[in-house]
Formats: sequence, structure tokens, C-alpha cells
Amino acid sequence: MGMAAADAQFHVLAVDDSLIDRKLIERLLKTSSFQVTTVDSGSKALEFLGWHHDEEDDDDDDERSNSNEVFVSPKNHQEVEVNLVITDYCMPGMTGYDLLKKMKESSFLRNIPVVIMSSENVPSRINRCLEEGAEEFILKPVRLSDVNKLRPHMMKSKCKDIIQNPQNQEKQDNNELIQSQSQSQQTSQPNNNTSNKRKSMDEGLSPDRTRPRYNDMTVMSN
Amino acid sequence: MEVDQLQRSFLEYSRLLFHEGFLDGQFSQLQLLQDESNPDFVFEVVSLFFEDSERLLNDLTIALDQQNVDFKKIDAHVHQLKGSSSSIGAQRVKNVCIAFRNFCDEQNVEGCLRCLQQVKQEYLLVKTKLEAQLRLEQQIVAAGGAIPMLNEFC
Repeated sequence: MGMAAADAQFHVLAVDDSLIDRKLIERLLKTSSFQVTTVDSGSKALEFLGWHHDEEDDDDDDERSNSNEVFVSPKNHQEVEVNLVITDYCMPGMTGYDLLKKMKESSFLRNIPVVIMSSENVPSRINRCLEEGAEEFILKPVRLSDVNKLRPHMMKSKCKDIIQNPQNQEKQDNNELIQSQSQSQQTSQPNNNTSNKRKSMDEGLSPDRTRPRYNDMTVMSN
Repeated sequence: MEVDQLQRSFLEYSRLLFHEGFLDGQFSQLQLLQDESNPDFVFEVVSLFFEDSERLLNDLTIALDQQNVDFKKIDAHVHQLKGSSSSIGAQRVKNVCIAFRNFCDEQNVEGCLRCLQQVKQEYLLVKTKLEAQLRLEQQIVAAGGAIPMLNEFC
């Protein structure tokens, strides 16, 4: 039954050069029922998104002004649907800001919402990213509550699809309803069938919540 | 019952780690992400942290041992260590890294060397404690119990 929701799963591309952070962001996103792909650099992200830099048009650097579309190969298209890109700011080579910029300059990538993560709280950096079109700037370490903020951005761009494809709207609405119901259930702790695995801690111990061995709220499994 | 005792020990131990600042709320976040479909998540992330840190500490030792110290390189390593320790909630390690970076900015070799020494110590401490905590967890699971969680530090 849960698998029906898989059709409407949002796909997030996470970009981070740190292996630990990639593992963390992947788990955070999957826990929130997103489909996830992780890459370790901006260039790999662009590759995954189907962006190709056309070398032929590169000879006239002086005249490369506002539009980079001249330099984008005509065969550019989004091969895999990605609903959001979340990227680390500080990466060797292409920074998260560079990646953001490239995406916003591309006619076929600019509509994908981009979120930037950084361990450093630098207001000028944050403003620069937001001005360049980032939806959100998240301070690391990333937590579940941060990931919960991502869904609206993805739904916003999905709405554009709905407008273009109205017959899909009802199906998507139902799937999203299933997902949001399961998510709200995740916050409360049910006490039915897992008594042999869960322990209630009210015999003289402080009100610590027991983490259930079985998470029966798992909606998705990738 | 044995499981009860194990769970109490575990909770006491965890509380101590938080109170002494070895771990912060980010570690609790990791625990929240562990479930039946990912029962070893914390262990996996912590193991990555150990591997990563040992490599970085080694690189830092070599870098600070050079005739001409490359502060940019050192800063890059410390930045990485700061990031990973922050991501798993290893608070004391992270805090030393912050001081470490300041000495890098000042191009202060002595300060950097002191920080390296300190960060190595903090790393070893948190490693020992995390391993002890993991062992307690394993004992609880082996005895058929559930791993209790402190929610006051989330």
C-alpha cells in the first residue's frame, strides 16, 4: 500500500564532498520519504542533471555576456527528474554557489529549486546565495527539522507541472495526502503491536522516550 | 531483569557523555535516524567519523612537521575535521577545531601544535566513550531489549 506513494516521491539530488555529510543527508532525506541521489561534487551534479558544456562556443570569452545559453549543447535536457538540489557551499573546485549560478543560468535547470548548506554562518555568503536564487540556506549540521522545510519548495515547482498536466493532479494530491498523513503519525508514538520490542520507561526513571526497535511508521523503502 | 539494568546503565552513561560535553544534540539526531530498516546507522556514521578523523589527524601531524608550514592546507584539514565532528555531535572535538582554525589564521605554529595535541586527546576520548556506548547498546539488543533514548538533548 505504501508503494503507491512512490510514484509521487520527490527526488532530491544532494551534493557534498564530505562522505559523512552525504550519508547523513541521505538518511535525513530518506526518512522524510524523499528519493535521494548523492554526488560528491558540483561537476558531477551537473553531469547527473544532464548539463553539458559545449566546447565549440568557448573561443569568444570576451563576448560571453549575460546569456550562457549559447554555450549549452542543444542536446541538453533533464534526463532524470530532480525536484530539488541541496548542496554544500564549501567544496573544492566548484562551490555550491558556483553550482547554483550555473543552474540558474541554464534554461532547463533554472526551475529546479536549490538549497545551500553551510557550516559557516556568514551573512554576506547567505545573502549572496539567496540573491542568486537559492530557496533556502541551511546551517550545518542538518537536522530533521531542516529537511521538513524542503517539501514546500518542491511542491511549488511541482505545481508548475500540474498546471501543464491537469489530469495528473488528483493522483498526485492523493499520494501527497498519504505521505503527509504518515509523516504526522511519525511524531506520535503508537503502542500497539510492538510491546515485545519496546520498553516503557515509567518505573521510576525519568520520562525518556524509548526509541522503538521497529519503526512501524516507515512509509517508504527504497 | 538484566535488560532493565543494561538500559539503566546505558541511559546513565549517555547522560554523562552529554553533560560532560563529549556529545551534543546532533548525536541525538543521529539516533533518531536509526530504525528497523537502518539498525546500524549510528554505528556506520561513527565508524566513518573514526576513519576520517584518523586520516586527518595523520595528515595534520605531517603538515605541521614541515619546514614551511602550509597553513592553507592545515586549515582545510581542520575545516573538514570540524565539519565531520559537528555532523556527528562530537562537541569537544569540534570546539578544539574552532580554536585550531583561529591559530591557522594567525599563522601561529605553536598554537597549532598545541591544538593538534588537544584535538588528538579529545578525539581519543570521544572514540573510547562512543565505543563503550555502542557496546552497551549491543548488549541491550542481544538481551532482546530496546535501546532507550534521551530526548532531553535533542
